[in-house]
Amino acid sequence: MSNALRGLAGDRPPRPAPLDGALATAQELRGEEAGAARGRGAGRGSGLARSLTVKIASGVVTLFFVIVFNFFLFRVLPADPARNLVRGSALTATQMAKINRTFGIGLPLPQQFWNYLVQTSRGNLGISFEFHIPVSQVIGAALWPTILLVGSSTILSTIFGVWIGIRGGWHRGSTFDRSSTAICNTLYAMPDFWLGMVLLIVFASKWAIFPAGGMHGFGGGGTGFASLGDLLWHLTLPCLVLTLVYLAEYSLVMRSSLIDELGADYLLTARAKGLRDSMVRRRHAVPNALLPSITLIMLNLGFVISGAITTETVFTWPGLGLASYNALNFPDYPVLEGAFLLFSAAVIAANLIGDLLLTVFDPRVRQA
Amino acid sequence: MAPLLALRDLSITYQTEGGPVPAVRGVSLTLETGQTLGLAGESGCGKSTIAASILRLLPSSAKVEGEILINGDDVLKMSWGKLRAVRWAGASIVFQGAMHSLNPVQRISKQIAEPILLHSPSTPVTEANKRVTELLSQVGLPASRADAYPHELSGGQKQRVMIAMALACEPSLIIADEPTTALDVMIQAQVLNLIGDLVRDHGIGLVMISHDLSVLADTCERLAVMYAGKIVEEGPAHQVFAQAKHPYAEALAWAFPIIGDPRTRLSPRGLPGDPPDPAKIPSGCSFHPRCAVALEVCSTREMTLWPAGERRWAACVRVLPGTDPELATQSVSPNSLSSGEATAG
Amino acid sequence: MSAGIDQAAQSPTPRAPAAPPPDADGRQIAWDRRRRALAAFWREYRKDRGGMIGLAILVVMILIALAAPLIANSRGLDPGLANYPANAGPGWKYPLGTDSDGRSVLTQLIWGSRISLLIGFAATFLSMVIGAVIGIVAGHFGTMKNWLGRQTDNVLMRVTDWFLVVPFLPLAIVLARTLGPSLHVIIFVIGITSWPGTARIIRAQALAVETRPYLERSRALGAGHWHQMAKHVLPNVMPLLLANTILTVAGTILSETTLSFLGLGDPTRASWGEMLNSAFISGVGTGNAIWLIAPGVAIILVVMAFTLVGHTLEAVLNPKLRER
Repeated sequence: MSNALRGLAGDRPPRPAPLDGALATAQELRGEEAGAARGRGAGRGSGLARSLTVKIASGVVTLFFVIVFNFFLFRVLPADPARNLVRGSALTATQMAKINRTFGIGLPLPQQFWNYLVQTSRGNLGISFEFHIPVSQVIGAALWPTILLVGSSTILSTIFGVWIGIRGGWHRGSTFDRSSTAICNTLYAMPDFWLGMVLLIVFASKWAIFPAGGMHGFGGGGTGFASLGDLLWHLTLPCLVLTLVYLAEYSLVMRSSLIDELGADYLLTARAKGLRDSMVRRRHAVPNALLPSITLIMLNLGFVISGAITTETVFTWPGLGLASYNALNFPDYPVLEGAFLLFSAAVIAANLIGDLLLTVFDPRVRQA
Repeated sequence: MAPLLALRDLSITYQTEGGPVPAVRGVSLTLETGQTLGLAGESGCGKSTIAASILRLLPSSAKVEGEILINGDDVLKMSWGKLRAVRWAGASIVFQGAMHSLNPVQRISKQIAEPILLHSPSTPVTEANKRVTELLSQVGLPASRADAYPHELSGGQKQRVMIAMALACEPSLIIADEPTTALDVMIQAQVLNLIGDLVRDHGIGLVMISHDLSVLADTCERLAVMYAGKIVEEGPAHQVFAQAKHPYAEALAWAFPIIGDPRTRLSPRGLPGDPPDPAKIPSGCSFHPRCAVALEVCSTREMTLWPAGERRWAACVRVLPGTDPELATQSVSPNSLSSGEATAG
Repeated sequence: MSAGIDQAAQSPTPRAPAAPPPDADGRQIAWDRRRRALAAFWREYRKDRGGMIGLAILVVMILIALAAPLIANSRGLDPGLANYPANAGPGWKYPLGTDSDGRSVLTQLIWGSRISLLIGFAATFLSMVIGAVIGIVAGHFGTMKNWLGRQTDNVLMRVTDWFLVVPFLPLAIVLARTLGPSLHVIIFVIGITSWPGTARIIRAQALAVETRPYLERSRALGAGHWHQMAKHVLPNVMPLLLANTILTVAGTILSETTLSFLGLGDPTRASWGEMLNSAFISGVGTGNAIWLIAPGVAIILVVMAFTLVGHTLEAVLNPKLRER
């Protein structure tokens, strides 16, 4: 089979730079981890605690630089930051002066930055231009719908994606494998919002099976079970889109990981012991293939966020993604700032969790 | 009584993109219970292929012909279930490169216990763990290492784990494929002694594969030398090692210097050229292009194993009665061979 | 055989050293070798059916983009001049129908290919240059024995890691929104967010190259950092860079589509993403469905084409990389 078609029906997820780089990075990271871990030589427990502290510290530093970045972009760069902060409202000179004092504009830069830092750590992310309420409130209200949408699709896509990837990778070249990888590669090459819009046309417009958007029907959709049903009915299409999009990546990663393990010697040992094929796969190949998959998926978490933003926009799902879209078009800078900060924090946290999972499950990394 | 292991005219061909490649061409071997046989040759001569084929572990692209009999049952014709039962409980393998032959994310106790629990599923786990400790002590590893992961062990320790694992189900046959190749010389000696002792204590039949003839000569009773997919010499180990009848076996034996033996320092060592590409094996004797004492007939006549002594065979025309080594530079026609005369060329 | 040996023994009859001026001939030899290598590469590439399909699609797409003025009237892009059957389905006059302004979808699709491909290539070029420079510099100095060198590598890698961790879309959004909607901003934003992946890969390759003996020799001969990096490291990471670049284009085209869809693109330049944005804003499900579907299909084809070509490149170049 041609190399590229193999790539497509694929040996490797075809994702451009991020994922390919991620593969090299993942191997690098694991190699460095294991090497560094072995080099330490202290007791097992303290080694674990130490590497954990280092990782958390690193995450905090990254977040810090996100804040620095925000500061630079929104307070330093614009010509008149005050105007940016209170745009949309007509203010007198005295009011402007008061704003300047509150936000510390006109103060020396380091001082400003310190104020900014303090404010941010207290949760004061500014006032929304559009809604004139604190940004933290805007974000807070939008958080739950996003968690619901992203959470449900992540769970579904992980379960199905891993299963498809394992089955495809193990029976490489089979009809299942070739068709599933072709479909996944097509999904991967597809703009996720386009998929959403196509589904909308088919299922909400042509055949009005599902609602065209929103999270609840008019009037809240009833109480109790009726309300839950209404919610699920609205959740179906956006969740389907995200699940398909995430699933494409997860299954390709898992498949590629498993294929990398297929030639391993320990699988030959397992077969020689008399294990059935499914046992060899389940007990030996998959646990080893899951580890680099975790690393790879964690490294590429940004795409989960992108998917959320575009899908919520298409389906008018009242989450953080839609809030970003609205803020983007208004433009509501404080909300954009806050959303960026929150998204970054989420990805950093997820990376940490991924690292933790790896430490728990991979004894080579765990070693002190 | 059927021999423990019998290979009858075993031929294995790999299907590759470039066409079929014959890795093993008509090999026949016999091993009785409790016997030790060494299988020697350079890389690519087909010995590892034979090892894997005994338990039908070759990839599906390999075509196997002939018979592989373990205690009289043909492995190649066994049902899948019977095969899985024979694997490890009837015959087990100690693989080369134990570096990667152990599952990196499983503790070694679990890996050693796995075949025990698999082949006698009613064994309680505590029973299996006790056996693991027993096995570990037999190979000289402390019980405290049972909970270790493979990467926490040294190369020699990993190889011992492989040996312990191979003994787990008390097989009657063990195939050791280059068990000491990746180890330091000192560890090598330890592991070889260990294998030798265990095999003797338990009365297990052993097939040991290596490219190091001296190692095999020490550990095994009989020795078979392979070249380009065929056996070129077979016989008692010390005889084959010290006085090889086939030029290749001789070269192989001399390739490993005997410390303190002055002859080694003076004799020419090494062979020109490389082993033949399995897809392009020379006609006649496959060794003739590299043979220093090749006769003209060597490039045309098909070689088989001819008797060369008591329980000794060699696939070289020079062991045939009537071949005068003095006439090496003269051509010898097949007719004159059979009549016992030589005509000057 | 003995005849040959005799001949060799006889050969040193004095002959005038016919060596031509080394320089000119050396260059000629080098070019000949390159031409042969290219021919061998092409032969190898041709064997891959998927790679050829991808290449064919790309060639067609690029031709269409270049030939746009010839095959589609650019006046068809101006909403003011549009004939008026808005939201018409596919028909004889308008093969793909019209949008809500009455413009031909096909015309927009053809002209849109220019923008989408242009942004894709330009942003990739930017990202590739940044990524390669950072990767080579970090890799080169990372192997230096002095503290400053290793710190350079360290700092560069920390910056790279930061960009890798921070989610792409939110970053692109805040950048694009703050800097204003224009073609250049989009190219800049995508370029500046895509280089980290390239940098990591190039650095890894540069590290591998650094350990090779000819680098050490050139250092011993007094080669400066610039010379080492430009004349030794760069040519050796080039193949990997090339394959990586093609794959990156696929990603940048998708990124541009997403940013345009969200409204961050340049509304006066109708890229495929812009078409999707307009289709979305005028209401999904109302109007001409082809207006929505066509750009998406075009994007899928182009992205898959680049991916196929990129993977074939990798596969063809890799064995050579490996045997070095």
